[in-house]
Amino acid sequence: MDFQSVVFYFFSAVMVLASLRVITARNPVHAALFLVLAFFSAGGIWMLLRAEFLAIALVMVYVGAVMVLFLFVVMMLDINLERIRQGFWSYLPIGAVVGLLMVAEMAIVVGGRYFGLEGMPTPAEPEPGYSNTKELGRLLYTEYVYPFELASIVLLVAMIAAVALTLRKRTGVKKIDPAAQVAVNRDDRVRIVSMRAEKE
Amino acid sequence: MEAYIEPVAALFGTAWPLVWALLKIVGIIAPLFLCVAYLTLAERKVIGYMQVRIGPNRVGPRGLLQPIADGVKLLLKEVIVPSGASKGLFILGPVLALGPALAAWAVVPFSEGWVIGDVDAGLLFLLAITSIEVYGVIIAAWASNSKYAFLGGMRAAAQMVSYEIAMGFALVCVLMISSSLNLTEIVAVQAKGQWAEWGFGFLSWNWLPLFPMFIVYLISGIAETNRAPFDVVEGESEIVAGHMVEYSGMAFALFFLGEYANMILISALTSILFLGGWLSPVGFLPDGFVWLALKTSFILFLFLWFRATFPRFRYDHIMRLGWKVFIPLTLFWVVVVAVWVMSPLSIWK
Repeated sequence: MDFQSVVFYFFSAVMVLASLRVITARNPVHAALFLVLAFFSAGGIWMLLRAEFLAIALVMVYVGAVMVLFLFVVMMLDINLERIRQGFWSYLPIGAVVGLLMVAEMAIVVGGRYFGLEGMPTPAEPEPGYSNTKELGRLLYTEYVYPFELASIVLLVAMIAAVALTLRKRTGVKKIDPAAQVAVNRDDRVRIVSMRAEKE
Repeated sequence: MEAYIEPVAALFGTAWPLVWALLKIVGIIAPLFLCVAYLTLAERKVIGYMQVRIGPNRVGPRGLLQPIADGVKLLLKEVIVPSGASKGLFILGPVLALGPALAAWAVVPFSEGWVIGDVDAGLLFLLAITSIEVYGVIIAAWASNSKYAFLGGMRAAAQMVSYEIAMGFALVCVLMISSSLNLTEIVAVQAKGQWAEWGFGFLSWNWLPLFPMFIVYLISGIAETNRAPFDVVEGESEIVAGHMVEYSGMAFALFFLGEYANMILISALTSILFLGGWLSPVGFLPDGFVWLALKTSFILFLFLWFRATFPRFRYDHIMRLGWKVFIPLTLFWVVVVAVWVMSPLSIWK
């Protein structure tokens, strides 16, 4: 077994174990942290596939931003696990169907030679100086520019919708306007009165 | 140099690349910790002089051994784990606070070729590593099972996520004009230009054409490291010490080391990205590591100066500055720089 396989199996083992703990951990905060570990291991595996841009983007977006906000919410909630588990038996049939479907899909990929997948060309060994990031950028902005822009517009719409849904006008809020605060002169706040000293 | 390394390399055989990598890591980490130790002394001295005090002057000549004494004291103290704490995570918190601060140095170049990993995606790696720095604070805050710590953790999560975006956009501007994510390359690009040919190298560095981004990066860097005036995460007058309140001894020291290592990292990055790294400011002096050290020290001095000068921001003002001022400003500048680079007026051809 060469070094790459060792690294691959290490990351895979950590990822599988962490994913298992995500659904079995009793504490939601622990579950969220195991999900972070799973994302991180996935990033490691992508790095092994020389997809360094995707790997780092995964860590940056999911580990660095999404999961932080997840934790932010999960930590503040008092989640009752008993109530969440109540619907287990009624959801089991549909869950089982989805699970079996995924097992079948994986079987197709792993047992590829029975389905003629080995006819697919393996990617050529990249020459030195090949930059995955550059190649990805070139493809995104030339060949796939319209789908890419479309996806970003969908995201923008979702973002604006989220803001619009949570935005509500409240009355009687003591809101501060920093511009007005900065623009204040001394004379607006202090009045100096000249008066003679008085004696009791 | 090579002649000395050869026999040692033969001694270790196939394990030599691993040993050599470890040696290089030690070569960075050991001086870094020394810098952290003396940065704490410098902070107390600088702020002392700014407030017309003398600062620590009792341990060793002119107080020079003070950081050693502090370190020994923290090492010898007991690490207390609160009975209501989540034990594993309580220990993991400080480790995660220090780890990323050290890992980021893997791609930081100190001079031409003086770098552990000269990777093409260096800037991206830095962004990713600095974005996971917040976990140490959040995990420690939650695991402490204390209200003060928890408030600090929530503040840290919101603040660091907010300022990361502005920092990211400032970096996007830098990489657009350098057309590279490699830090060595970014410095090399700053050595070119009309001013550099005339011998005024400091005018061809990124700080001048990207001045607003330089300021945004500097301020976001202070917010990202939770330093005054953005230190609401610790806010000792409001929430005692935030996420560190339950920690003692070496566990506390790890947070401390992480914070200062982060300060040095951000200062070094600001120097590399905007102040020309190891390039000499004028034509008649040679380039070298000493320039990077000087620039980094200057930015560190700014950190201390700000701490001594400004009162702490109120929390909603911090959020307002991050989201309503910096993010729109950086977004606008990304567009401006993109147009500038592609226009005939571009100075980076």
